[in-house]
Amino acid sequence: MYTMPIERGKIREFARAAMAPDAAYDAPDAVVPPTFLTTASLSWEPPGELDLGELELDLRRVLHGEEEYVFHGPMPRAGQTLAVTTRLGDVYRKPGRRGGDLTFVTIVHEFRSPSGELVAEQRTTLVQTSQAPDEVRP
Amino acid sequence: MTTTAPALAVGDTAWSTTFGPLTRTDIVRYAGASGDFNPIHHDEEFARSAGFPTVFSIGMLQASLLATFATQWLGADGVRRFTVRFREQVWPGDVLTCSGRVTAVEPADDGQLVEVELTCTRQNGSVAVTGTAIFAVPAGRGGDD
Repeated sequence: MYTMPIERGKIREFARAAMAPDAAYDAPDAVVPPTFLTTASLSWEPPGELDLGELELDLRRVLHGEEEYVFHGPMPRAGQTLAVTTRLGDVYRKPGRRGGDLTFVTIVHEFRSPSGELVAEQRTTLVQTSQAPDEVRP
Repeated sequence: MTTTAPALAVGDTAWSTTFGPLTRTDIVRYAGASGDFNPIHHDEEFARSAGFPTVFSIGMLQASLLATFATQWLGADGVRRFTVRFREQVWPGDVLTCSGRVTAVEPADDGQLVEVELTCTRQNGSVAVTGTAIFAVPAGRGGDD
């Protein structure tokens, strides 16, 4: 578990990068853009937080498959601090269309208020291919 | 006289929004804002050594553009669920068009719960990202169209 302060300046910076001019993202109590919670694992998560168990990921063969964000009530706002837990979700294999197995790996992030209420969830699905990425050229 | 936007209905669409042509600077700006510094998205030599013709965009950038489109349509405050699936890579120079369509509506406290399907398409017509979202839309906000 680690904590993630929701910062006004970071929301503003993220909204600019997302080309979102909405005034809701540039206010003292700015609301987070829907994909903002991604910054938790990329900017705040301590090394070793995610326990992969016996799963081995080869980052040269890993693609980003899906991403899901669920907000259970009002969206997080600047000034709040959330407690984040990260865990390995489902792991399963499927035959790939071009031969070899695809391994699907889900990583679940849960965001709670200081009082312990579940505020939001993020589910990342990674896909590990069985071969090098030359099949994904333009 | 006050006017009230009509409620959203299944099949409603929004004006599509176009982003780009995407520059390497756009990709780097998103890398910095998100914290995703995988060199494959900004280091030309690294991308080539990994077998790619050049750097390619961060999937979450085009996912975030789709989210920008959706929140401009249905409101920044009311997101309940936002899901994306990555279909195809996006490259520098790409022009991305985001569009959406209402797939389900149910009444909610002081408004509607609106489910939409979302698509981010490259200039050649191929689909880069698909998504779905659920928004709580307050009464009187019928979207931007």
